[in-house]
Amino acid sequence: MAVLSTPRSAVQLASKGQPLREHLFRIALIASLAIAFVFLLALLSYVLIEGWPRLDSRLWENMPSVRNPDIAGAQSAITGTLWVISITALLTLPTGIAAAIYLEEYADRDRWWNRVIELNIQNLAAIPSIVYGILGLGIIARTFGLGFSVITASITLGLLVLPIVIIASREAIRAVPPSIREGSLALGATQWQTISRQVLPASIPGIATGSILALSRAIGEAAPLLMLGAVSFIRFNPDGVFASYTVLPIQIFNWISQSREGFHILASAAIVILLVILLLMNSAAIWLRNRYQKRW
Amino acid sequence: MSLARSRPRHGEQVIKAILLVAALVSVATTIGIVVSLLEPTIRFFGQISAVEFFTSTQWGPLFEPPHYGVLPLVSATLITTGIAIVVAVPLGLGAAVYLSEYARPRVRKICKPVLEVLAGIPTVVFGFFALSFVTPLLRGILPFEIEIFNALCAGLVVGFMIIPIVASLSEDAMTAVPSGLREGSYALGASRMITSLRVVLPAAFSGIVAAVILAISRGAGETMIVYIAGGGQPNFTLDLGKAMQTMAAFIAQAGSGDVPIGTVDYNTIFAVGSLLFVMTFAMNYVSARLVRKYREVYE
Repeated sequence: MAVLSTPRSAVQLASKGQPLREHLFRIALIASLAIAFVFLLALLSYVLIEGWPRLDSRLWENMPSVRNPDIAGAQSAITGTLWVISITALLTLPTGIAAAIYLEEYADRDRWWNRVIELNIQNLAAIPSIVYGILGLGIIARTFGLGFSVITASITLGLLVLPIVIIASREAIRAVPPSIREGSLALGATQWQTISRQVLPASIPGIATGSILALSRAIGEAAPLLMLGAVSFIRFNPDGVFASYTVLPIQIFNWISQSREGFHILASAAIVILLVILLLMNSAAIWLRNRYQKRW
Repeated sequence: MSLARSRPRHGEQVIKAILLVAALVSVATTIGIVVSLLEPTIRFFGQISAVEFFTSTQWGPLFEPPHYGVLPLVSATLITTGIAIVVAVPLGLGAAVYLSEYARPRVRKICKPVLEVLAGIPTVVFGFFALSFVTPLLRGILPFEIEIFNALCAGLVVGFMIIPIVASLSEDAMTAVPSGLREGSYALGASRMITSLRVVLPAAFSGIVAAVILAISRGAGETMIVYIAGGGQPNFTLDLGKAMQTMAAFIAQAGSGDVPIGTVDYNTIFAVGSLLFVMTFAMNYVSARLVRKYREVYE
């Protein structure tokens, strides 16, 4: 994507003797961007100021409670999030990357089934997350009989972010120039040897960036898990993939639903933790992209 | 023939098959979604007439006697999405025009990641902010009464949530407009505003429409914000200050309760889910068609 630009001299020539409306238009444009930024700033500072008094070790040392906001914490939600996201990553990253390799390196675009797979991935990316909750409830929890457990949540979130992983990985793989593949094949390597020893190592930074962004989406997702049993107050850490669980966004939602002020402060503090986790992941993604991305 | 492989490599075929299976997981997901929606939906329409579902203006499956008119849920979804679009389209488009036509590369390099941060914030956080900050703020400054849970605030905050979608996709469409068009416009003496409005915007129009449709579909399917800030009462009203329940919020509310499988209440979740799925699917389809059409123009 080339950045298109017009020579500044031409622009200056055209805008000579600008009428007032030109200035107003420019101000309106800047204002619309500024309003969005002010909203973001207000949100972040409100949450930080509200949650500050409760941002201490009680949050990760204590278990959730509906009775006393002073001793309530979010330990089971934090461990639950770690469990759910780890399993999600184990399930969805290999599947997504494998699907991307197939679509980029093997699939013949002239075959109808490959086009169906591509169209289908685009559609999946735009389906509301609550509909994935219905899938999790109807098929994974009930038909597969996995119940309301960590594994059900992980499969559901994994399917939800699978299109993101596939799309990002495909872009990373596509960015590897064909000459690398041709050189490898010319030296007698098989197609899989070419992919596993040339294409994949070269595209790892892009794939990792996309994977981190997909997982950070999964960490913040609450709607589908509402339907998968995460809403009940869980006062213990999950001890396996079939254990009951809760996650941070759902715990936050639970506290928001309480009417007492103390729980709202608690919710703010938990939101700060959630946002810090997401910020760290996003920074890691950006750092990876800038540090390791090759320019061919 | 002598150049051909001396022995067949079965390993290569096995690997290809494994990769194909991974790609088919996405197809299985779609089939799973359709199957999980279809069966309870068919059973629902065996229990409740389609006429009542689509025409009755009362929704209350958990009341006595129960009502199954989906119109209040649909109208609430349309209203909150409508408010969101009124917020997101002008602001998102304004930001996109600024970033693509006015901003210097350095400003753009700073602004775009900030917009990405807005896109990355979990919706439950937006919901909390809407309920505990935006609603009290609105109650303080608006001349008319609004309830603690209301459609106006929910719609506004959904609007801010979808600004990054409108902005980044429209900006992509505008940057794809060939620079020759802009230069021609400047050469004819047009100003920057005229060039942006009369040349770049029309040239990128289908891409912008696709972005807006995608944003509408994201807004219509949004759950946590409207569930937290919009309240749980299905009111059939146009009063923006009243609590409303959207389709997605109903699914979340009914689905988080312990509903016995096979009952009408259980099937109701899936019937509303089917309607939401069909609506968003149709919008995504139109959006994808427009994007493809627009790509043909510029490639």
